[in-house]
Parts: sequence; C-alpha cells; structure tokens
Amino acid sequence: MILTVDRVTKWFGEEPSRTYALRDVSFAVDHEEMLYIVGPSGSGKTTLLSVISGILRPNDGTVTVEGKDIWNLSVDALADFRLHTLGFVFQDYHLFPRLTTIENVAVPLVLRHVRWREALRKAREVLEVVGLPEKADLPPPRLSGGEQQRVAIARAIVAEPDVLVLDEPTASLDGDTGKRIVGFVKDRILNAHRAIIVVTHDDRIYEYASRIIHMEDGRIVAPAEAVA
Amino acid sequence: MSGVLSLALKLLLGDRGKFYTLVIGITFAVFLMMLMTSMFFGIIQHSAANIINIGAEVWVMDPNVQTPQNSIPMPNYVLDVVRSIPGVDYAVPLYLGGGLVRLENGNYQGATVVGLDDATLFGRPTLAEGRLSDIYRNNAFFVVRDANYAKLGSPRLGTTFEINDHRGVIAGIASVAVGSLFGLPTLYTTYERATQDLPSTRYVMSFILVQPKSPAAVAGIQRAVQALGYRALTAAQFTTRNDRFYEFQTAMGMNILIMTLISFVVGLSIAGETFYMFVLDNLERFGALKAIGARSSELVAMIFYQSLVVSFLGFGFGVLLASGLIAFGKWRIPNYAAVITYQNLAMALVMVLIISVVSAYIGIRRILRIDPFVVFRS
Repeated sequence: MILTVDRVTKWFGEEPSRTYALRDVSFAVDHEEMLYIVGPSGSGKTTLLSVISGILRPNDGTVTVEGKDIWNLSVDALADFRLHTLGFVFQDYHLFPRLTTIENVAVPLVLRHVRWREALRKAREVLEVVGLPEKADLPPPRLSGGEQQRVAIARAIVAEPDVLVLDEPTASLDGDTGKRIVGFVKDRILNAHRAIIVVTHDDRIYEYASRIIHMEDGRIVAPAEAVA
Repeated sequence: MSGVLSLALKLLLGDRGKFYTLVIGITFAVFLMMLMTSMFFGIIQHSAANIINIGAEVWVMDPNVQTPQNSIPMPNYVLDVVRSIPGVDYAVPLYLGGGLVRLENGNYQGATVVGLDDATLFGRPTLAEGRLSDIYRNNAFFVVRDANYAKLGSPRLGTTFEINDHRGVIAGIASVAVGSLFGLPTLYTTYERATQDLPSTRYVMSFILVQPKSPAAVAGIQRAVQALGYRALTAAQFTTRNDRFYEFQTAMGMNILIMTLISFVVGLSIAGETFYMFVLDNLERFGALKAIGARSSELVAMIFYQSLVVSFLGFGFGVLLASGLIAFGKWRIPNYAAVITYQNLAMALVMVLIISVVSAYIGIRRILRIDPFVVFRS
C-alpha cells in the first residue's frame, strides 16, 4: 500500500459544541489506483484530503505514506514530504496569474532547488504531456478553464510525486471537458508507481475510478466499491 | 534558495502596478528625506564657513560665543596673555564683523568683513587676482568671488566703493573653500584697517587665532585661557559648537527633523500599505505554495527579498532625484545650501531599511498565519 489511513478522527471546537469532521476513518490506497472520495457537501471530504496531505493534523489516528507516519514528522519535514511525495491539483487551480504557464509548472521544481533553466526544461516536457506546449509562454488568465486545469495537473506531476491529489477537478469545467480531463489523468498520469486520490461529488466521472469511498457526516458510509 | 528568490522577483515584477507604486513611494520618501537632511547639512556647513576658510587650529573667544557670526569683542590684553601661555607658538587677532557697502549705483549692501592680522595675514584666502602685498595699500580690500560676489556689482581690481562712510578699493579678488550661509559678500582687509574703520564698540578683537606648538599643547592652552575667563576651542570643537547652536538653539534643526520624519512616515505608509495589498492579493497563492511544500522560512525569504528589491531601487532613484535637484538648485540659486554627505546617505539608507523591514514584517505576519487548508476551499 502506498497510503494507509487508520482510524483518523478530526474535530473542531471544544465540548459541548465540538463538531466532528471525521470519525474513525480508515482506508488504504495502492499503487496504480485511482481512488475517489465522494459525498455531499459537509461530509468531510476536504478535511480528509487535508489530513492525508499533511496539512491538517488529526486528533486521533495515523496516516502512513510509503511506510512513514506523516504526523510524526516535524513541520519542515512535513513540508518536505508534501513537496517530494504529493502532487496537488486544487479546485481553483491557484496558478500564479503573473507568471507564464511554463513558470507556473516549474514552481514545485524551483521549491526543490532545481535551477530555473533545468526546471523550465522539465516543465516544457510536462506541458507536452498535457498537450499544451504552445501555451507555455502565456499567462494562465489567457487560457480556458480546461487548459488551466491541465496546467495545474502539469504542475502537480512535474516533480513526479507518488500520490496525486485532485480536489473537485471538474467543479469549474463543463461536463465534456471535465470528463476529458479526468480520462486524460487516468490514461496518461496514473502509472505503476503512483496513486491518485480524487475528491468529487460529480457522478459523471465515476466511471474513471478504480474504487469509490462514500462519506457522510465524517464517516465512510459504504465500503470502498471497485468500479474499474 | 536562489530559485525561490527568482520566483519572488518574478511575482513582484509581474504585478507592475504595485511594483511601480512601491518603487515610486519609496523614491518619493527617500527624495524628501535626502533633500531635508542635505539642506540641513548644507546650512550647517555654510554656517561654519569662516572656521573652515580661516583655518586656525585653535580659536580663543568669549565664553558666550556660539558661532563665528556672533562674536563678542575681547580686550587687547587677552591677546598678550594668550601669547604668553606655554605651548602657544603664535597668536594673532582676528576681526570678524559686518559693514555697509555703498555701491556705485547708490544702493547699500551688507558685507562680512574679515580683518586679518597685519603682520602675518594669518587666515588669508587664496588670491585669484592681485598681489598679497596690495592689501597694505591705502583703503585696500580683497573681495571673495563666491555666489554673493555679484551683490557688490561684481567689482574688478581698482573698483572703489564706500564702506561705513570710508573709502575702499578692491585690491585683490579671492576664492574660499566654503561660501557664507547668510548671503552676504565677504571682504578681507587688515586687522588695523578693519578695527579703525568699522566697529563702534570699545573692544574690537573678535577672536584670537592660535597656532599651538604641538597638538599635545592644546589642552594646556585651553586650561590657561579658561583661567583667564575666556574659551579656547579647536577648529573641530568650534565647528561642533556652531552645529549644536543651529541644531538645538534655532528652530531649524527641529523643523528639518520633523520634515524628515514626515517623509519617513509617508514612505512607510505607502510602502507598507502597498506591500500589504500585494501580499493580500497573492495570499491564496502563497497558501498554495505552502501546501505544495514551501517552508515558512522560504516564504519569509521571498517577502524580504521583494521588499529589499523595491527599497533599494527606491533608494537609488530617490538619491538620484535629490542629487539632480540639488545640482539644479546650486546651478540656478547661488546661495543654495544643500550638500549630500555620507551621513545623510547613511541616514536615508537606514530609514529605507526600516521601511523595508516593517513593510515585509506586515506581509510576513499575514503569510505565516495562512493555513494551507484554505486552498482546498473554493
């Protein structure tokens, strides 16, 4: 298993007004797996994503990635873990509008202290993978929503992470574009060394999932179901 | 780290509106701070013009004298006593006062008159035209060709004029290192002529200029003069006393200080607020960087670097602008007293660095508080 979540609980506030966002959540993800975490708004999907990304500390339970309990790491080691092990595609992409597309893609490499020239060379290669080499020198605001999504994916995979995390990847896209993007991720990005976790409530893209976890009120309400 | 700093620079330069606002804001603040402090240093330097130009090592004066301009005449016996103090190589009298010159066109013009010791002419200016010995001719004066020279009608050798109802003749045209502060032309003559023709007080000797035998003798001379009821100051001490007078006993020092502080506050406000807006605009992106794996120390370095870049650019442009204006002022206004010194450059640099650090700190506080969790929320 590349990632294991074991009895994770997360609450906000103190008794008696304590709110549980996650209760005893456990699951695992293997290499070459595209796991969907689905459920209605407020079900705890985003909180779970933050906990397994090393961003939000759980109150109880463990998250193990590549055999390492990430919540035993120091703050800087956690930052290094995210930089070297995870790739993020945020719902709003969070691209830098003042940088060009290729510079946006190169950001994770720059944070890894790769030289700018080398980072740009690698970023160009990845832009070719996502089919946007001709847009390399444009700023993100001049790209369509689908193109921006692909730039965000390129940025997420440029440092070759073990786990790719996609937060609501189709939320800002029309139906066809969303399906095309997710299909592209499954066909071109998923491989034997990588797992992909997708948080979504868009049932139009369920067909691309390896397994689906349903959440409600902070719990997994249905065991992971295999789709593909 | 260099890649992260390059990224910081690209982000900064990418937002041109804010970048220009930051640079212009700091440039404006530096320009004002430089101008204010340059004027202050210029005024201080010009106010000490006589100390610099006459060049004596030790000045003996009445204890109440603060500046060369407000001398209090001393009786002649003081000169004799000073000459007898051990360690004094020689001592000469100096007259420093004012005269009213009647010009050929009938107008009157005030002038500073320096009366040099007849025997030695100690403290004499450099002559550009005429011979030194001509100062001993009847009614002879040397005129200083400085910014105020034209106020005497730009006299030539042989030009005659009236000073305090006595006849005067220009026998030499001289130059000095520093022009006077008060916009008055300067005339040099002998001590004897100056004290005969100009003053109306009982005592006429403004200062005694002393040449000590060695630097080690200065302290002894000062003690002996003090015992006499007078004060002996080295040129440096007299300059400092003069500076302190203008800094603390006139409103000038406080006014300049207030203007400099206002310039500083204006610069700090513009830079601080614009930088904070810049950080706010990019807050979610900094959050994204944090989520991707940037360390807090790297984000702090990015913000400091951005702040330092705009601060140094603003400092450079501000100094350039102030220098340009001062050069223009000196070219167009003869008495324009402003000078850029290492001290006011350093002062402006320190203030800019404070602006830089405070602006960065405001941004950094915000950035360190970002929870990367926000990037997962639409």
